Amino acid sequence: MDLEFTPAEEAFRNDVREFFSAEVPARFSEKIRLGQHLSKAEQEEWHAILDRKGWLVPNWPVEWGGTGWSVVERYIVDLESSLANAPRALPFGINMLAPVLLKYGSEAQKAHWLPRIKDGSDWWCQGYSEPGAGSDLAALKTRAIREGDEYVVNGQKTWTTLGQHATMMFALVRTGQSERRQEGISFLLIDMGSPGIEVRPIITLDGGHEVNEVFFSDVRVPVANLVGEENRGWTYAKYLLTHERTGMASVGASTAALRWLRTIAASARRGGKPLLDDPLFAARLARAEIELGNLSTTALRVVAAVAGGGAPGAESSMLKIKGTELRQDISALTRRALGPNALPFMPEALEEGFNGEEVGPEGAAAVTPQYFNLRKLSIYGGSNEIQKNIISKMILQL
Amino acid sequence: MDFSHSDDRRMLADTLARFISDRADPMARSKLADTTPGYDPAVWAGFAELGAIGALFSPDHGGFGGGGFDIMVVFEALGRGLVAAPFLSSLMAGRILAAAGRGAELEALITGEHTVAFAHDESAAGYDRATVATRAERKGDGWVLSGKKSVIRDAEGADLLVTARTSGAEDDPGGLSLFLVTSGTPGVSLDAYPCVDGGRAAEVALYAVTLPATALIGAEGVGGALISDAMAAGTLALCAEALGLMEVIRETTIEFLRTRVQFGEPIGRNQALQHRMATVLLEIEQARSAVINAAAALDRAGPDTERVLSAAKYTIGKTGTFVAEEAIQLHGGIGMTWELAMTHFAKRLVLINHQLGDEDYHLARYIALGQAA
Repeated sequence: MDLEFTPAEEAFRNDVREFFSAEVPARFSEKIRLGQHLSKAEQEEWHAILDRKGWLVPNWPVEWGGTGWSVVERYIVDLESSLANAPRALPFGINMLAPVLLKYGSEAQKAHWLPRIKDGSDWWCQGYSEPGAGSDLAALKTRAIREGDEYVVNGQKTWTTLGQHATMMFALVRTGQSERRQEGISFLLIDMGSPGIEVRPIITLDGGHEVNEVFFSDVRVPVANLVGEENRGWTYAKYLLTHERTGMASVGASTAALRWLRTIAASARRGGKPLLDDPLFAARLARAEIELGNLSTTALRVVAAVAGGGAPGAESSMLKIKGTELRQDISALTRRALGPNALPFMPEALEEGFNGEEVGPEGAAAVTPQYFNLRKLSIYGGSNEIQKNIISKMILQL
Repeated sequence: MDFSHSDDRRMLADTLARFISDRADPMARSKLADTTPGYDPAVWAGFAELGAIGALFSPDHGGFGGGGFDIMVVFEALGRGLVAAPFLSSLMAGRILAAAGRGAELEALITGEHTVAFAHDESAAGYDRATVATRAERKGDGWVLSGKKSVIRDAEGADLLVTARTSGAEDDPGGLSLFLVTSGTPGVSLDAYPCVDGGRAAEVALYAVTLPATALIGAEGVGGALISDAMAAGTLALCAEALGLMEVIRETTIEFLRTRVQFGEPIGRNQALQHRMATVLLEIEQARSAVINAAAALDRAGPDTERVLSAAKYTIGKTGTFVAEEAIQLHGGIGMTWELAMTHFAKRLVLINHQLGDEDYHLARYIALGQAA
């Protein structure tokens, strides 16, 4: 039993820490720290910085530009990136589409699309969920009918994250009818500039515009954009979902959030005393901190198991549930710490070029919207109830 | 990073598990509680012979383990078997004897020749570790002890390692000393009783107990550090025992959900029950991480050790109670019965919260240690 990183891993960790401290532009880390949004240009700038370092696509095979990092090294980078308030690389092209292309795509598709993900030529979005297909993804109805060298796509996708910026979408579409709903689904790459596509914003309860609805009417997609075989898309999507669900413990993000909570709480007073000295608040804070200490070790146990050749099964569901609950708990505590200053709704304070006055401590304007925004954590990526179904199925085997 | 136990520890765990399943029936624990000394001395002798007591002490002190993860392995196995035996008393008293350089007494403890109970708690103290009213006064070359100790586990037939005040007020963290009172010393009276979670404890009255100079363990007035170290190891031990109990409760409850049929199907097909069970499972894994953290912290002996131990005991207190209550609920009517072994595991699990500080005590301690840092 040894909970420490090896000396080599510690050295790697130092390099990673140095990189983030030197290379994350201060205006980015400030925005992340204060809960503000990065613009499209800023996000692209960050991708370019990572690409220059050779760290944009760590999980890809080395011949395609991957870093060859071990599971532990990936975990370290994730952790340090959060602790440095570095922006995240967007996962859609890099971690969601690329693994499918690498495993199931043609040589021509790999050669065309992978470099474009890396150099930022394309901004990818995910076209999975539909109004009638959420947790039950196989209920999707968007239809693609083949006409010569093209598919004609009709239907609707929803919850399309950052679809407003996207130039390309990887989508699941129904190409066949079958007894089993999972059969007859295909994996299609769709140009967002095609005639017949309309992107409409969905404003979330926090007032933000992150997700969209995408409508397709007679959208023509070249057959060359079919990945793998027709009607086999479900297999590819399932492979992709296993990629989506790793790393959900968010230990780094929760650590940074807890640090931010302490900063906010340090400036707050209750009954003439610092909030941190209030026994009820101190107890809530301590519980979150203890949970994080436990979760951190649980996450490392899973990392070590994967590094030893094990496949995360029920464990990744477990990390997802505990990780998201804790992250939500910390954001709720941050909101509570603000007291009445949690009330003012100032979405303009979260955007570029705001130079008005915030109410309450610096960064206060983002706290309540973020609390509401983070309710999504227990809903997306397979809701926490779906995760419990997965765990039950594995342990009960009924 | 490596989260597997060393080969030696895995062997120790296997050997213990085999011995326990052969010799220590979980259902015997509550029966033994009605007899003196509350455990089967023959089984205890077997443990000693196996080296299970020696595993709790370092080679420097005549054992062959003594690390945090040795303690974890032994107590997790004891929890899995709901074993009635004076392991916790031996660990805590033994660590004090070891730290004070009392090799002969420690050897007798490791070989099972003598048992030693740790007689620290008093009824007015609650979980407060420094509150000791029992006093020791010098008399000639020796000492005279007077006071009352409360809910002292495994005291019958054992030597007593008594904490007593040699100076200071009743709640002064300083001024504490330790005395070894051999079994049968005049002036010591025991009023023993069974405990709800099995095993036995006693109210110990000390009426002008006269002791020789050699009874003083360590130097006068500096018992506090020895007591803290014993409690640190004891806290880890209880956390690991709780983990073992939780594992068995989890396995038993999963099996029950799979096999108990109502409305024509196993009750485990009900999502309401599935989700409760899934939550139990993931909370147990968090608790396991807490125990691993505690074991590593004990070995590290760093500035954060006590805080990590309190984090673990808080986690175990909270999770243990949750797991026990959920398991009883998920079992339904049969979960209310004495004849079901699971309920005895559940009782022990809940009452571990009442030894060496419950979740509230340890959360407060965790906060206080953080503010002091």
